[in-house]
Amino acid sequence: MTSTLTPVKKRSALTKGQLPKWAPYLVLGIAVVLGAAVLALIGFNALGWGIVSAVFFAIGLVGWSAAVEGSRRAKDKLASCLVVGSFLIALLPLFSVIWTVLVNGLPGLTDPGFLSTSMNGVTGAYDNKSVEEGAPVVGGIFHALIGTLLITVMATVISVPVGLLASVYLVEYGNDRPLARAITFFVDVMTGIPSIVAGLFAAAFFFAVVGPGTKTGAVAAVALSVLMIPVVVRSSEEMLKIVPNELREAAYALGVRKWRTILKVVIPTAISGIASGVTLAIARVIGETAPILVTAGFATSINYNVFGGWMASLPTFIYTQILNPTSPSNPDPSSQRAWGAALVLIILVMLLNLGARLVARMFAPKTGR
Amino acid sequence: MSKRIDVKDLNVYYSKFLAVADVNINIEAKSVTAFIGPSGCGKSTFLRTLNRMHEVIPGARVEGEVLLDGDNLYGPGVDPVTVRSQIGMVFQRPNPFPTMSIRDNVLAGVKLNNQRISKGEADALVERSLQGANLWNEVKDRLGKPGSGLSGGQQQRLCIARAIAVEPQVILMDEPCSALDPISTLAIEDLINELKDQYTVVIVTHNMQQAARVSDKTAFFNIAGTGKPGRLIEYGDTHTMFSNPTEKATEDYVSGRFG
Repeated sequence: MTSTLTPVKKRSALTKGQLPKWAPYLVLGIAVVLGAAVLALIGFNALGWGIVSAVFFAIGLVGWSAAVEGSRRAKDKLASCLVVGSFLIALLPLFSVIWTVLVNGLPGLTDPGFLSTSMNGVTGAYDNKSVEEGAPVVGGIFHALIGTLLITVMATVISVPVGLLASVYLVEYGNDRPLARAITFFVDVMTGIPSIVAGLFAAAFFFAVVGPGTKTGAVAAVALSVLMIPVVVRSSEEMLKIVPNELREAAYALGVRKWRTILKVVIPTAISGIASGVTLAIARVIGETAPILVTAGFATSINYNVFGGWMASLPTFIYTQILNPTSPSNPDPSSQRAWGAALVLIILVMLLNLGARLVARMFAPKTGR
Repeated sequence: MSKRIDVKDLNVYYSKFLAVADVNINIEAKSVTAFIGPSGCGKSTFLRTLNRMHEVIPGARVEGEVLLDGDNLYGPGVDPVTVRSQIGMVFQRPNPFPTMSIRDNVLAGVKLNNQRISKGEADALVERSLQGANLWNEVKDRLGKPGSGLSGGQQQRLCIARAIAVEPQVILMDEPCSALDPISTLAIEDLINELKDQYTVVIVTHNMQQAARVSDKTAFFNIAGTGKPGRLIEYGDTHTMFSNPTEKATEDYVSGRFG
């Protein structure tokens, strides 16, 4: 019954010599089964299964493609396998870390009072009791959370004006002068200094200026600023640089002074990028351990005063709980608290990253008709 | 409110490189003067010296005098900001401020300088400037929308409105139509014709027909070769320049024999 003018074909002549669409799935299925069989011979484990299956999949798909489609397509398939494989390898540690912290941290986080109490008065006796008699784990991270927030906020308050003004100088006034070149060079050097060195610098500076043994939240904030300023300078500089020169000239041509142009045209145009850069800089320093260790000490009780007394923070809390468990004979409650704190820290960093995106979107120059 | 410009023996430098040499020109008030010439002959550079925008570029400097109704722009103690508020400029590519609404773009010259202005005055100024730029009817219902949402031609007229809102004496235009389509170009050319009733207009253009259409006087710039400075070859009534120029180079250029 078919018309002779429109012959019905099973496959288009244009798609001849191609693997069918379901080919990768078929190869994947066979590779997974084969992988399981091989692993069963030498002893099964999930990671090995994944790797062996992936290798089988790549060999199978590329081989089949070479046989049917020719060498160009086969090379394309090989490249695709490599790219996707590298992507999965890159994701593996990330998911592994998140999974581990979630599994280990959730019991601690869901513990009643974990977020609202400190470690003040929590002794090894309580931990022994919770392990031996099944009593709930007491103690929490409130003091460390407060410390982290206060120290980070103070570091931000110090770093943002310094960093932003420095980048304004570099972009708007520097003109590649020796001073501007020197600043750029030292900012680059500062980006690379180990965080413990920043901590030692802040500690030594306050020992010399205020008095030996000065360990407060403010010292830690200064140490974090040393780490944060170069990041803020770098990111703000890049953002200010991409503001089109035409906008500056438009403002000058209206008889607007340079400082007003910078304040009212250049910075507002770049503010979304600057704000997200600052947020990412905060995310980078909020998890710093070493500089806080040598500058703010460890505390077990709540301290709201950044200028007096030792202050706890989430990273140092984790460090001390793991290294010096509250009850040396029963370290489990301590490690549960440490994992809980780690989870809170990851959540904070994640919120900051989301915040950066939100801020960038909020401040972005509006388009629309 | 328009002033004449007289230029005496002006040499324009980028660091040590002499870009434009020995320019003497008298630009009448309330007229349209067009600068024509091949690319790189220094006409835009020269235009930017007329409101001291040239020195924004690092290393750029100027020798000679530019007189605005007799006052030397480059005299000692003259603040370039004062100069620029009297001599406005419209650029080649429309450049409305992306963070501001249409209304705020028009008011930019006032607001960025933190001058106090009542809402009524601001509304009147916005309407007057947009009317002046032939844009009012197209945008009056969406003054709060961002200026970057307008079409290219509308953006350029918005930039003209922004320039005339500060009530300058002179308006400089650096190839204002080169990024626009013929319809928008026509709108701008009509606008230039209306602007010359109130302002001194100086326009740089690559388009000789445009120069012939809009200008009263035309100045032809040329360059002897790469690395040589650009010079003002001939300056006169537009009609004479296009029909019966004195210089051979001008005739070659306007008749399309080169450039």
